[in-house]
Amino acid sequence: MSIALKLTGLSKSFPVGKRLFGAPRGLVRAVQPIDLTVQTGETLGIVGESGCGKSTLAKMLVGLLAPSTGQIEIEGKTLDNADPAIFGKRIQYVFQDPISSLNPRKTIRQIMEVPLRKLHRMDKATRAARIREIFDAVNLREEFLDRYPHEFSGGQAQRIGIARALAAQARILILDEPVSALDVSVQAQVLNLLADLKGEFGLTYLFISHDLAVVEAVSDRIAVLYFGAVVEVGSAREIFANPRHPYTALLAQSAPEVGRPIAAPENAQTELPDPLSPPAGCAFHERCSFATDQCRAERPVLVADGPDREFACFNPLVSDGEVV
Amino acid sequence: MMAFFKLLARNRLALVGLIVIGIVVLLAVITPLLPLADPDVTDTPNRFKPPFSSGAILGTDHLGRDLLSRLMWGTRLSLAMGFAAAVIAAALGSAIGIIAGYFGGRTDNLIMRGVDMLMAFPYILLALAIVAALGPGLMNALIAVAAVNVPFFARNIRGITVGIAHKEFVDAARLAGMRDRQIIVSEVLPNVAPVIVIAMSTTVGWMILETAGLSFLGLGSQPPQADLGSMLGEARAALITNPHTSVVPGAMILIIVMGINLLGDGIRDALDPRLKSGALSRPMAATQVDRKDPVPAATNSLLDIAALRTEFRVRGRVYKAVGGVDLHVEKGECLGIIGESGSGKSVTALSVMGLVASPPGVITHGAVHFDGADLIGAPYKNLRSLRGRRVAYIFQDPLATLHPLYRVGDQLIEAIQSHEQVSKPAARARAIDLLKSVRIPNAENRIDSFPYEMSGGMRQRVGIAMALANGPDVIIADEPTTALDVTVQAQILSVLSDLRRDRGLAIIFITHDFGVVGQLCDRVAVMYAGRIVEEGPTDAVLSAPQHPYTSRLIDCVPTLGGGQRKLAAIPGRPPMVDRLPKGCAFADRCDKAQDACRAGDIALVATDAGHKTRCLFPENMERARA
Repeated sequence: MSIALKLTGLSKSFPVGKRLFGAPRGLVRAVQPIDLTVQTGETLGIVGESGCGKSTLAKMLVGLLAPSTGQIEIEGKTLDNADPAIFGKRIQYVFQDPISSLNPRKTIRQIMEVPLRKLHRMDKATRAARIREIFDAVNLREEFLDRYPHEFSGGQAQRIGIARALAAQARILILDEPVSALDVSVQAQVLNLLADLKGEFGLTYLFISHDLAVVEAVSDRIAVLYFGAVVEVGSAREIFANPRHPYTALLAQSAPEVGRPIAAPENAQTELPDPLSPPAGCAFHERCSFATDQCRAERPVLVADGPDREFACFNPLVSDGEVV
Repeated sequence: MMAFFKLLARNRLALVGLIVIGIVVLLAVITPLLPLADPDVTDTPNRFKPPFSSGAILGTDHLGRDLLSRLMWGTRLSLAMGFAAAVIAAALGSAIGIIAGYFGGRTDNLIMRGVDMLMAFPYILLALAIVAALGPGLMNALIAVAAVNVPFFARNIRGITVGIAHKEFVDAARLAGMRDRQIIVSEVLPNVAPVIVIAMSTTVGWMILETAGLSFLGLGSQPPQADLGSMLGEARAALITNPHTSVVPGAMILIIVMGINLLGDGIRDALDPRLKSGALSRPMAATQVDRKDPVPAATNSLLDIAALRTEFRVRGRVYKAVGGVDLHVEKGECLGIIGESGSGKSVTALSVMGLVASPPGVITHGAVHFDGADLIGAPYKNLRSLRGRRVAYIFQDPLATLHPLYRVGDQLIEAIQSHEQVSKPAARARAIDLLKSVRIPNAENRIDSFPYEMSGGMRQRVGIAMALANGPDVIIADEPTTALDVTVQAQILSVLSDLRRDRGLAIIFITHDFGVVGQLCDRVAVMYAGRIVEEGPTDAVLSAPQHPYTSRLIDCVPTLGGGQRKLAAIPGRPPMVDRLPKGCAFADRCDKAQDACRAGDIALVATDAGHKTRCLFPENMERARA
């Protein structure tokens, strides 16, 4: 298997308290240096709670945001200038809010034509044929092409968003919470469509979501993000059933499940650390019941454990949930 | 376009404005074709002829020139000047605003500070200074009026552009290979255009006044050329002796500016999407009630919803959001209502306290008995005293329900004092206790926080504290954890669960998440297209669902631990509630549907202890009978 996407030391910091001249007052590290590889044809799930940097990461991967450090290699080619027009042919993005990602003043045909015209310089007849082909693939009727976005339901609009991403003929799709704005019955339709398209076009997915069950259902591997850093990577089958990082375990316990009694799985006093003054050591130590002095002083790095597991923790959980 | 004219015509005053301006513009356009006297030929022997004299219907001015002719030509010039100035100011100002708003950062900063400097001068002073520098004359007056109005457009359009430049469709256009210039022209501009038109339509009148003002001071049109301002200026000396020379151009200015402003307001109302949706029309204090059928009798339940129907009547269409719902909740019980968007679960909840916005909402049938008394159609005074005190609500988005400009403590104190006469210090102490009861750490300090200073989870705790403020008997929670992260959701659920146990609260919990229902609720009702399709003890409904919709819905939600798999999706979409089918609303999506399902109304029938299903061919019946 070849490598579709390789991130090396990719990070992003945002300046805060900007001044007209001179350096900003501080930096917020939205994404800590991340190393990740995605194999061709794989679905890598990325889970994390709000503020963990998953959207910032996604925007860097498609060139909408310039990374502060590190590089992005797509299908063996390094892309280091943040230019969506260059990224666009190789990697595309499906947005969370299907309606607001479509310009309300354009017809669906006008929206669909842009990537074909700008990225592939197709003539009119070729464009029409290609759009027909794609619409067929996402199960949308051709008569929708001359309507405006507000005439569509969320599920239909999300299909249109997926169709637009396919039109660019990129082989890698970043799916940023693609179903979280949809109703559950429609959510299943869209997830199944994504699975079908992946087989049909040989796509590679990066599936970002806060819903653990959804991510688990669609992914081959899953990376767990906390406070801008990857804390654990593992196979979808294993990672929540047998978490090694305490944060992954906390997420898995928090997911509501029929028949399990409610118990706040952590002390309610704890929240995400302040991004302006991040804690020393492990960002999770204030919420972690296994934290030691080492955790408070040093930042753990991602280390491999076996063929398909990596975690960043000094005191990982073992399979039965106890500390070694 | 037709819709726009229809909306405009609904506003009577705007229609009057449109007609007045239409006539004035038409007359101005055809002025050269009319048999008028030459406006600039002086005839001093016939000066100051009164109106309605022969040969001069409106009389003559101090040089004996025909006033009607001068008025027509002057109106033509004033209108042209005003429109030209508006177009120039709108084009320049919008271009500046779009560029500043789209690129942001330093570009924005430099441009907008320049605009601010222009705005720092009183505009008439600035216009005078420009004319003084360029010299008097029509063109220079035009430039001056346009220039002083550029900042207005620049500021207005910049604000709108900033909002649009961060929309996802702009990012999508970038990813589709568009460059900045193309994005501005084809993505941003069409979305800003309505605002530019609105801004123009409300400022043209003002610009006509300004050019007239400059001409009045002798800085605009030069003699003998007439415009409305210079006509007024020349007539000023004879204001007392021959008032008609001032009244004629003055009345015309009044007519034009009034007409344009009425029309401008109409255009704004018709184009503004917020006004179109009726959001600015104030809803009534309680939902309108229009019940013709007899009211169901009271029961012993704490809160009993009986045969409730709530409709939305919009432009001749009737949307049956709630189509006959029966529900009850007892003390200390948690009832879950599950359903997808548009299933009527929120409208049911809001109908209880008459909180559905009217217009367009109307309660047409049924009753809501609380402690034996019917709340539907109850006097507003009774409803108001019950709202928050006996039955309280928690909504999905605490950022939207908390007032952003008041400290959370003050909002809590207000909630307490609105139902009870307590001193402020006492109310404050109670507020601190409330915050503690929802486990907000450091409540003594947190009480003085503003909502934006808190995280989503903390804000929702404040929302719960506010619902608890007056010790209600029933809490109706509408998707209170949907916007929260899973770890925070778990904490909120545990707070709610403890409160129910400790205080004997009855909770109606609305959600779309089976996991949450399974953990929190004793009973659950499943809603589809405005009706309950299944209701029963949570365990029974979730483990042996009887209605096909319930079982299909449970199947298409992935659960943790299931591994990578294909989900059992439900094909199709729910029916629109203004076009409900005759029989079962789910029939078109159901693989078990038969002709009988589409024939007529299907009743909610009891199938097992406390378990009810609205289906002719229910599933899992062996278990129910066993």
